[in-house]
Amino acid sequence: MTEIIMSQTPPILHGPSEKERKYDRQLRLWAASGQAALESANILLVNSGAGTVGAETLKNLVLPGIGRFAIYDETRVSEADLGVNFFLDDSCLGQSRSQSLTKLIVELNPDVQGTGYPNEDAKTLESLLAGSPVFTAIMYTHPIRPDQLSQLEAYGQQHRTPLVAIHSAGFYSSFQINLPGAFPIVDTHPDETATTDLRLLTPWPELVAFAEELTKNIDSLDNFEHGHLPYVVILLHYLQQWKAAHDGKYPATYKEKTELRKVVQSAARTNNPEGGEENFDEAAAAVLKTLVPPSLPSGLKEVFEHEQTDPVSLHRSGFWLIADAVKQFYERHQCLPLPGKLPDMKAQSKVYIQLQGIYKAKARRDAAEILQIVQTAPGGEHVDPAEVDLFCKNAAFVKLINASGGAGSSDARISRADRLKSAAALEFANDETAALTLAPLSLLPIYLALQATAHVGTTSTSTSNDSSSSSSSSSSADEILATIAEQVPGAEKHERVVQAAHEVARAAGGELHNVAALTGGMVAQEMIKIVTKQYIPVDNTCVYDGIGGRCQVLRL
Amino acid sequence: MASAEVYPASEPARWTYLDRVRTRPGPFTNPDIFSGEAVAAAMEAMKILVIGAGGLGCELLKNLALSGFKDIHVIDMDTIDISNLNRQFLFREADVGKSKAEVAARFVEKRVKGVKITPHNCKIQDFDEDFYMQFQLVICGLDSIEARRWINATLINMVDEDVEDSYKPLIDGGTEGFKGQARVIFPTVTSCIECQLDMHAPRAAVPLCTLASIPRQPEHCVEWAHIIAWDQEKPFPQLDKDDPEHITWLFQKALLRANEFNIPGVTYSLTQGVVKNIIPAIAATNSVIAAACCNEALKIASNCAPFLGLPDDNYMMYSGNDSIYTYTFRHDKKDDCPVCGQLARDLPGVDRAWTLRDLVDSFAALPEAQLKKPSVRAEGKTLYMQSPASLEAQTRPNLDKTLVELGLEDGQEIGVTDPAFATVIFKFRLKFKQ
Ligand SMILES: [Zn+2]
Repeated sequence: MTEIIMSQTPPILHGPSEKERKYDRQLRLWAASGQAALESANILLVNSGAGTVGAETLKNLVLPGIGRFAIYDETRVSEADLGVNFFLDDSCLGQSRSQSLTKLIVELNPDVQGTGYPNEDAKTLESLLAGSPVFTAIMYTHPIRPDQLSQLEAYGQQHRTPLVAIHSAGFYSSFQINLPGAFPIVDTHPDETATTDLRLLTPWPELVAFAEELTKNIDSLDNFEHGHLPYVVILLHYLQQWKAAHDGKYPATYKEKTELRKVVQSAARTNNPEGGEENFDEAAAAVLKTLVPPSLPSGLKEVFEHEQTDPVSLHRSGFWLIADAVKQFYERHQCLPLPGKLPDMKAQSKVYIQLQGIYKAKARRDAAEILQIVQTAPGGEHVDPAEVDLFCKNAAFVKLINASGGAGSSDARISRADRLKSAAALEFANDETAALTLAPLSLLPIYLALQATAHVGTTSTSTSNDSSSSSSSSSSADEILATIAEQVPGAEKHERVVQAAHEVARAAGGELHNVAALTGGMVAQEMIKIVTKQYIPVDNTCVYDGIGGRCQVLRL
Repeated sequence: MASAEVYPASEPARWTYLDRVRTRPGPFTNPDIFSGEAVAAAMEAMKILVIGAGGLGCELLKNLALSGFKDIHVIDMDTIDISNLNRQFLFREADVGKSKAEVAARFVEKRVKGVKITPHNCKIQDFDEDFYMQFQLVICGLDSIEARRWINATLINMVDEDVEDSYKPLIDGGTEGFKGQARVIFPTVTSCIECQLDMHAPRAAVPLCTLASIPRQPEHCVEWAHIIAWDQEKPFPQLDKDDPEHITWLFQKALLRANEFNIPGVTYSLTQGVVKNIIPAIAATNSVIAAACCNEALKIASNCAPFLGLPDDNYMMYSGNDSIYTYTFRHDKKDDCPVCGQLARDLPGVDRAWTLRDLVDSFAALPEAQLKKPSVRAEGKTLYMQSPASLEAQTRPNLDKTLVELGLEDGQEIGVTDPAFATVIFKFRLKFKQ
């Protein structure tokens, strides 16, 4: 991340630009590349119901500077809106809710443009969708009219637009992300500690030579030099000795590794003023963590296998071409391209920088080999070498979201209704043993209860001016349970489902501001992840319980 | 259940969604402590204190105003900076330089009719217990661990077993990037911020010899400029971390050093980040954590649903880096907590050969103490005092004596105080290394 910011830093005597200062705290998370993606995004919110959760989500997207947004909302501002929605005030009463919201949300950031619909240019959702530049992503809040939902779904299919459904009622909320097919992420931002990849069991000639040179007279080194050997070099030296004494084999079992650790520990000098050596401590501590043979991480494996099941993907983006090349590289070398990052370790400056150079040079060679493979593939000549570099640096952490959701995949052929039923069976079965496994209880009952009130009945139509009066959102608990019984027969008998139904009925379609704000924060995080293609989005449904104070992610 | 009556206090049409939930029992409401009729009026009469008007604070004020609280105070000593505008949504470019507490209070008062917000543009340490006694709930949105520890110790110190009103629930939120946490503390009853201190261990400092002679990372070059070069050259009378000219000076020094050692990666942004210890922050995460805090406040104030803190879970961890993950659990109170516990805490790893200075210096890095200016007493005897100056001078010679010379033994109890936590005596039991 820092490296990307780095290359954008203005010349020495100039401080950061006005924009870099304003966005400093977020550029440290998604860098200039992420910011550029946000700034070119065009987001649509189709707002209905109590309508706060959508406004709160937009607030969290406008502040960091999305390019533009549109709100489609047919309701007029009622007194009830003012008790829950921060982006409306008394002067808005009776006015178009979309235009009032737009006015007070766009105030948050002069870099962002927003428009409220319906207006003179587009009087219906249909004409808005037909007449606008393509939306980067669409969010809609429940309860939504079935005809509008179908229009959005058709649009999502046609333009491959991610759709996010959001529902907040009382203490509960849920949202669901609908991605157009498999969604790969390269820049997943794994924890720093997980990314160390030193290849001590498969060192290449330059690394071996470097370590040998530094350790050839290890016993006659003076205390300063001995105490500043990088732990990588120490481990390579004792691994070499180990191999010589063990038929050329590396320590493989836990027992062998702890033996090696003892060897390293006892090699530390203790007759010095410090009574020990930090670099040898570091080496000993690294034995179990770093001496692991190369393997294929599950995320990348899924990417490789996805290609096998779906060889003629319609969208041979740079990602898939590079993934192909990395796969060939892996088959050729039985290892991934080296990321090339060397963690800090006790060492003299010059030695450390040399060692760092050896890792970087190998990483560059690996990336160059992969770029060459990419360029020989059809369409590969257009792939940006920077994209190849990024992939190589992150190869072990590449992730595929919605892997089975592509058109024509097996998953798409199972209907959503059947998926819900099987998920429910699994969740209820897990709950049976939760007391033993100490696992938290499933939040699926909340999802089911919310889902039962997610659609505005056909009797309460678009002419309604009062957002709180739609018939199905204020259903009784019995009505909610009856709907659940249709969707997942038998679920309505579970005690926790009954409780959830009563809790949803208590809210009668109303939002609590806190729950809407919390949900708006989560959805905004997800939108940022989807737009910037950084970090890992929810796959695909998140349920929030504001009574227990926790979330659960389910694939539904 | 859902057909139970709604009891609005004022403006029923406006608060219709809120009143449906807070004044009617649900399936999880405890009927023994819930009175729907009383809720709205009781909440309107409550006084709530918000500490911090920054990223979390702006959200907290908005959320509380839209949760039915009418009398809110907010403390923040900071002024608005341009780098706040990407998330502190109550502030505009024209507000840069003004008091955060005042601008935030005015904005929310104007937007939400009927709420009164009293700003205090000062430090939390400027107020005494009488001030804090007037509130029923305290909610913190702070970025400083020290301020959190201070308010935690103060509220726990205020507890008088005979006065029910002296127990002030403390709700605390914190964020970093896509992650955060919300926790609820009932003073002396649940685990407190000091009990949980080791969950927020400070980053290990880079050894001075690395900075001075063997830098390897760009951060080492920045720290060298910050700690060593600045002191040697004193380019300005006092380092102001918010002054771009000062940061530029450090950046250039760090860059020269990096070039000398061939270390790549020193930038202005990195320099600023290291020197100011900048934590990445975005609106979305603040939104999640502040709302989680205020949701607990609403439940505590109304009893309309079970809340965090009692009897079980009191801590919610949130992470949005990889999908969304929350972990909500009970953090247990520690008997040897220096603030809310009764027992002295073991201090292992003490070397009998240490001087008192070694011991004093060790408190800063210790995750469960993190005391930067400790004064030490043992068996009623003052071993070292940081202030006043006369006492400091008098006790300074002790710093160079070894623990044994000072008569300290294995298993001995010592009392440690720090000006940052005036009311607290941290009780430790020395455990010598074998
Ligand atoms: Zn405690």
